[in-house]
Amino acid sequence: MQLDAVDRQIINALQEGFPIAEEPFAEVAEKLALDENELLARLERLLADKTLTRFGPMYQAERLGGAFTLVAMSIREDDFERVAEIVNSFPEVAHNYEREHHFNMWFVIATENPKHIDAILTEIELDTGYSCYNMPKQDEYFVGLKLAV
Amino acid sequence: MQALKDDKVSMLDETDRRIILATQDGLPLERRPYEAVARKLGISAEEVMHRLRRMSDEGIVRRIAAVPNHYKLGYTANGMSVWNVPDEHVEALGKQVGALEFVSHCYRRPRHLPAWPYNLFAMVHATSREEALEKVGEIARLLGDNDRGHDVLFSRRILKKTGMRLTP
Repeated sequence: MQLDAVDRQIINALQEGFPIAEEPFAEVAEKLALDENELLARLERLLADKTLTRFGPMYQAERLGGAFTLVAMSIREDDFERVAEIVNSFPEVAHNYEREHHFNMWFVIATENPKHIDAILTEIELDTGYSCYNMPKQDEYFVGLKLAV
Repeated sequence: MQALKDDKVSMLDETDRRIILATQDGLPLERRPYEAVARKLGISAEEVMHRLRRMSDEGIVRRIAAVPNHYKLGYTANGMSVWNVPDEHVEALGKQVGALEFVSHCYRRPRHLPAWPYNLFAMVHATSREEALEKVGEIARLLGDNDRGHDVLFSRRILKKTGMRLTP
């Protein structure tokens, strides 16, 4: 993947936001002094080669009715794979990362009903024999990427 | 996610839900993308744009934008920086930290004393671990005396990654 100056300009501009208008690509193209068709063609390529993971509305999942939380566990190294397998087997576990820390397992639980979270955590604790540290988001100050490329 | 039909989410009606389903994978790359969505749903482009504006105002839509793959762009060192800051200042500090260009997510989360003293989380993206640590240092300077301790957790492995999305 080789990004030229125009690609970078497009990525930087579209990370900021995209207008809601009848012909939004024309508006963006004008600002970037580009041809609308070229903007569309480059976007298509950037999505196809996965330089961009998506392009469109970003929905705040909590506002769509689900409940989410981040959970940390501290697992003994020689027991890690066993516990990872158990934790991953829960369909409500959406993401799970191994991190370099005393708390070495970090996962996100997504459920339709906030009341289910405690029950799932209890079940994980019973099945694995390790404590879950529940760290639900209490406030959100920023979400988004604004990488200069 | 059937919870959409729950009473608690009365802000969303069936048409909102159909718009979300039609756009959660992205907008069509056409000159009139909202019209293309509208055509698919059998409603007017004005209706789609009006509802997207409303959902943006209500915070249901964070924004409409392109999301870069940070690994592809060379940002391979991604650290979760965690901070112990005074509760009475966490909101003001969180907003300042979140505004830094290299921070992608910034949240307040509960402490678990004594094992976990940190109440502010900021994901830091960098092209190397050294650079990530420099950026963590930048946050520390910004927080000044309000930094009562911090740590940075680098990811070693993705153990699972399934999206959270609506299903029809």
